[in-house]
Amino acid sequence: MSASPLVEFRDVTKRFGAGPLVLDRISFTAVPGEFISLIGPSGCGKSTLLRLIAGLSPISGGELRVEGGTPQDAASDLAFVFQEPTLLPWLSVARNVEVPQQLRGVPAAERAATRERVLNLVRLVEKAPAFPRQLSGGQKMRVSFARALALQPKILLLDEPFGALDEMTREHLNEELLAIRQQEAWTAFFVTHSVAEAVFLSSRILVLSPNPGRIHTEITVPLPYPRTEETRLSRAYQDLVANVSRVLRSVEEVAAI
Amino acid sequence: MSTRSPVLQILLPALTGALVIAVWYGIHFYLDPEMRFLLPTPGAVLRALADNADSLRTAAWNTSQGALLGFVLAIAVSFGLAILLSLSPLIRTSLYPYLMALQMTPLPILAPICVIWVGAGLKSVALLTFVIAFFPLVVNTTQGLISTDRNLVELFALYRTSRFQELFLLRVPAALPYFFTGLRIAATIAPIGAVVADMNAGSSAGDGGGLGFQAVIYSSQAKYPALFATAAITCVLGFILNAIVLTLAWFALHRWHDSYERTDR
Repeated sequence: MSASPLVEFRDVTKRFGAGPLVLDRISFTAVPGEFISLIGPSGCGKSTLLRLIAGLSPISGGELRVEGGTPQDAASDLAFVFQEPTLLPWLSVARNVEVPQQLRGVPAAERAATRERVLNLVRLVEKAPAFPRQLSGGQKMRVSFARALALQPKILLLDEPFGALDEMTREHLNEELLAIRQQEAWTAFFVTHSVAEAVFLSSRILVLSPNPGRIHTEITVPLPYPRTEETRLSRAYQDLVANVSRVLRSVEEVAAI
Repeated sequence: MSTRSPVLQILLPALTGALVIAVWYGIHFYLDPEMRFLLPTPGAVLRALADNADSLRTAAWNTSQGALLGFVLAIAVSFGLAILLSLSPLIRTSLYPYLMALQMTPLPILAPICVIWVGAGLKSVALLTFVIAFFPLVVNTTQGLISTDRNLVELFALYRTSRFQELFLLRVPAALPYFFTGLRIAATIAPIGAVVADMNAGSSAGDGGGLGFQAVIYSSQAKYPALFATAAITCVLGFILNAIVLTLAWFALHRWHDSYERTDR
């Protein structure tokens, strides 16, 4: 049996104003529990696709259903993690992760419980009273992540969240992300430029080609979860990385012509 | 020794002060004796300060009241107006030329108009101080309100926040550093504005006059040391207002704003 789709794209197109097509007839479905990475050369519209799901930008054609309704209806089940940590610099770490609930008018006691939960998940409880400027880049990103988890989203949209971090930090955060996912059941859409990251995290990878953005190839990643440091050393993982890299290169070569 | 050393922080200005006083005495005694009235010695200024203590104290009090009243009024009005201006570029385009016109009209010309409207004295001084202090505040605060990080605005949009929430939980705190920049400029010009206003629209009745009015009297009586003493008091008022503003800014910003980041950590 197949689960009912959580996100469903049917011939979705997107253009900004009278500009050229950014996304062209995108069709795919995502079921609960999937971890889908979107990868492709710049200009392929992968971030735009994420913004469509978030309801930050309207679609131009086709049909997009989130939890069976419009993205607007599903807003309360969505969370977004931006490329930048986008923390409020004048609030402590604790107050920052409370922002989503504060905006919803959740009472303080409940907010405190959530704060404990999400800061525990990202292992930053001891940083609760600190201000963002006192944190490292990786720590800021973890706070941003904790904030996204505060409303217990069903769908997590991540727009290259680790792009600005060094390799080691990035790998650690990838593992942490998967560890948290073991505890919290959300479905992820993850935009990245890194093939290794996409393979390590995803259950499925969508390779997009640019001008206009189309789904070029869909690659299933059959590696079993939980994935750890060991996974990176396995033959199956390395073959997949090589395979996805090859596909991505062919897309980029076509794009360059 | 680093430039942040507290010893240097006090020693350097003290040395400058000593040098200035030495040069001051030098010039005074270099001048022909009948011309020495042009630059009274610091000692003579201090004596004038003591001799005129009563009238100067009253004048300083009156000017402080006018300056502070105008300053606080400027903060309140500029905050409301900045929020209005931040709402739309159309509002800004419609209103900015007239705000600038107000700022460009010289105080001595506005003063008599003000006197016709509200009468000479405290009200006029406060109103004119308001006019001069208000412009840097409204311009800076508006700029702050419309310069909010785009990513943060989008984050709030994602949580489907009301315009009210976005304004008071995001835009206003983000504008605080800009507001304080405006406040520092306003705090510097408000006492000057109050004195100029007092010269042109101060009350001459009883003890109603301020430092500007007092300066006019001293200069007409050729009491030059007292004139210098009046100038010194005006400076002190400016320093006090600035110190208050810097303290407020420190409380509001030091924990999170990068301008308070210690470089030697």
